[in-house]
Amino acid sequence: MAPETSTMTKDPILKVEHLSMRFGGLMAINDFSFEAGRGDITALIGPNGAGKTTVFNCITGFYKPTMGMITMRQRSGKEYLLERLPDFEITKQARVARTFQNIRMFSGMTVLENLLVAQHNKLMLASGYTFLGLFGFPAYRQASKEAIELARHWLERASLIDRADDPAGDLPYGAQRRLEIARAMCTEPELLCLDEPAAGLNPRESHSLNELLQSIRRDTGTSILLIEHDMSVVMEISDHVVVLEYGQKISDGNPDFVKNDPKVIAAYLGVEDEEVEQVIEQIEEIEGEQGGIKQ
Amino acid sequence: MANIASTTASAGTEVTARALREAVFAGLVTLGLFVLFVGLKTDQNIRNELILTQRWGLLATFVIIAMVGRFLMVAYAQPWLAQRKATKAAAPEVVKEESFFSRNFSKIAIVALILYPPVILALTGVQGSLKWVDNFGIQILIYVMLAWGLNIVVGLAGLLDLGYVAFYAVGAYSYALLSSYFGLSFWVLLPIAGLLAACWGIILGFPVLRLRGDYLAIVTLAFGEIIRLVLINWTEVTKGTFGVSGIAKATLFGIKFDASKDGFAAMMGLPISSAYYKIFLFYLILGLCMITAFVTIRLRRMPVGRAWEALREDEIACRSLGINTTTTKLTAFATGAMFGGFAGSFFAVRQGFVSPESFVFLESAVILAIVVLGGMGSLTGIAIAAIVMIGGTEILRELTFLKVIFGPNFTPELYRMLIFGLAMVIVMVWKPRGFVGSREPTAFLRERKAVSGSFTKEGHG
Repeated sequence: MAPETSTMTKDPILKVEHLSMRFGGLMAINDFSFEAGRGDITALIGPNGAGKTTVFNCITGFYKPTMGMITMRQRSGKEYLLERLPDFEITKQARVARTFQNIRMFSGMTVLENLLVAQHNKLMLASGYTFLGLFGFPAYRQASKEAIELARHWLERASLIDRADDPAGDLPYGAQRRLEIARAMCTEPELLCLDEPAAGLNPRESHSLNELLQSIRRDTGTSILLIEHDMSVVMEISDHVVVLEYGQKISDGNPDFVKNDPKVIAAYLGVEDEEVEQVIEQIEEIEGEQGGIKQ
Repeated sequence: MANIASTTASAGTEVTARALREAVFAGLVTLGLFVLFVGLKTDQNIRNELILTQRWGLLATFVIIAMVGRFLMVAYAQPWLAQRKATKAAAPEVVKEESFFSRNFSKIAIVALILYPPVILALTGVQGSLKWVDNFGIQILIYVMLAWGLNIVVGLAGLLDLGYVAFYAVGAYSYALLSSYFGLSFWVLLPIAGLLAACWGIILGFPVLRLRGDYLAIVTLAFGEIIRLVLINWTEVTKGTFGVSGIAKATLFGIKFDASKDGFAAMMGLPISSAYYKIFLFYLILGLCMITAFVTIRLRRMPVGRAWEALREDEIACRSLGINTTTTKLTAFATGAMFGGFAGSFFAVRQGFVSPESFVFLESAVILAIVVLGGMGSLTGIAIAAIVMIGGTEILRELTFLKVIFGPNFTPELYRMLIFGLAMVIVMVWKPRGFVGSREPTAFLRERKAVSGSFTKEGHG
């Protein structure tokens, strides 16, 4: 069996090349490269502290990487170098939306308002940068009606429609997670980055999350990049898994391949002392094979 | 039956006995606390010697007040409160239908304000109306407008601004200087003053973009002081502490409010009085306030207004949604400052005199206090807070009957800040989110439900 380590995706939406991020003396990410395919669900996994969220923060512009290149290629063929854009432009122009590990909502605003804030740039343009809207021009009224319709659409998808007029801070935890995804989708992204969307969800909720994510991909063609610890989510929905440990990529391929990769098993479960040599041997063997393929 | 009656009766005597006990105890504590403070007073006699005056009567008054107060509290107030709580808990939750008054509160308030000057004029006559229109009406409305302006920065965008009075000063001096140097009219200078203040808002905004919370508050405080010190020290232009006087009055479509032949009073065939000018100013500031309220309400439903509130709730989430937080913050500073500038130029035209004295930090603090007391973000709450705070301090001047009780040397105005502070503490304990703590959502699908204050955040600066 030829291991599926080829990272060459046919039409990558996101290409991360030689990404490094240094915090003082700590190398949080070290020469990390991967690609996310268009229309794929790509999962980024790894033990705690492996640098997954740092990768996310680099992609979405919250950190400026020390080194490396992040290329976002849109459906239209337009390319953006994300490491050069300020964070808000990454959502506005490059159309990469994200959610957060610890939910960040506008808790004092209603669920509907949360989704309207996400459509800020579109509405800003329609309101003539506030000036036309202030004097009640019809273009803004039309646009705001459409914005509410889009919000209604995503509320229905995330089954939050009954809570639309409640403050977001009043929602239960699982609903807040769904709201964050719905809000990100209201920015009409091409790439959706989810930071641990299933954290703290019960099995039923994470099952409905799976369905939501798959339907998003199916209906909108949005590519999804997610960080996740819940393997039932990762293995079930993702097309492509990248494993990170100590800031370095240790495995990359389809879920089955990654699940059986001894390096991944070692990273997650650790190994008995007497097995260490055996595992190292195995790893070397595989690396030899990979080298052979590459050559 | 008789049994029950006897138990309630015995409970009653028990409470009374306890109340008496506690009253005696409270009296002793008061005696101990005040015997040296109140009972004895050091004084100077005619030969400049220090003597001890004894005021046992006053001390007795204090002790008696404390005892009676404690007795009433324990014997009547506490059982009554407990009973009310019990009935409230027992009664089923009834959804209270909003009364006609609370539903149409703002409309009623606007009509009342429009009718205020004629009613006062009818009640107190032309000269008597001066005090009520000027000291109460105009004074309060200026603060309402300032607080509504600051509300955009603090209440909506969550940026704590302790130097708001700087923009008020910029507006006032813009009008004072441009009208006295170039002779421009009020109606030309009003928008210019607003624009200049907005520019200063942006100038302040740039350096503080990265700052949050306490650091932002300190820098804005410093900015307010810088403006004031510049006004004091740039004597060639601003005449320093002497201030600019003889500022031109506003006109109504070119009609002047003076004693001349083509003045307002002569044209209308009215007796000459400054009251008409004050009434005109009242309607002017009322109009400016209405514009502020209208713009604020409209802006809240615009993307920029929603972005301000989102910024208050979570800045990082804002950026992840593609909102440019830099321009959002700057527009908040500029819009807030612009209304401060309008209010400032109105202040200059009303006083006819501006000096740096009027723009001290205390003014900023009072305006901020009004915003916080009213409930951050709520226009109605802020207007009520302005009436209570500014109207309350003005009312203190009227309480001359207090001199009968406390002696002729007692001036209630001097206790202004004491009562101000006390009132703030009480309101904050009673309503920690201000008079109107809830937030009106800007859009809704099915029904408009107010968002409780416990969910909204104050912003991080």
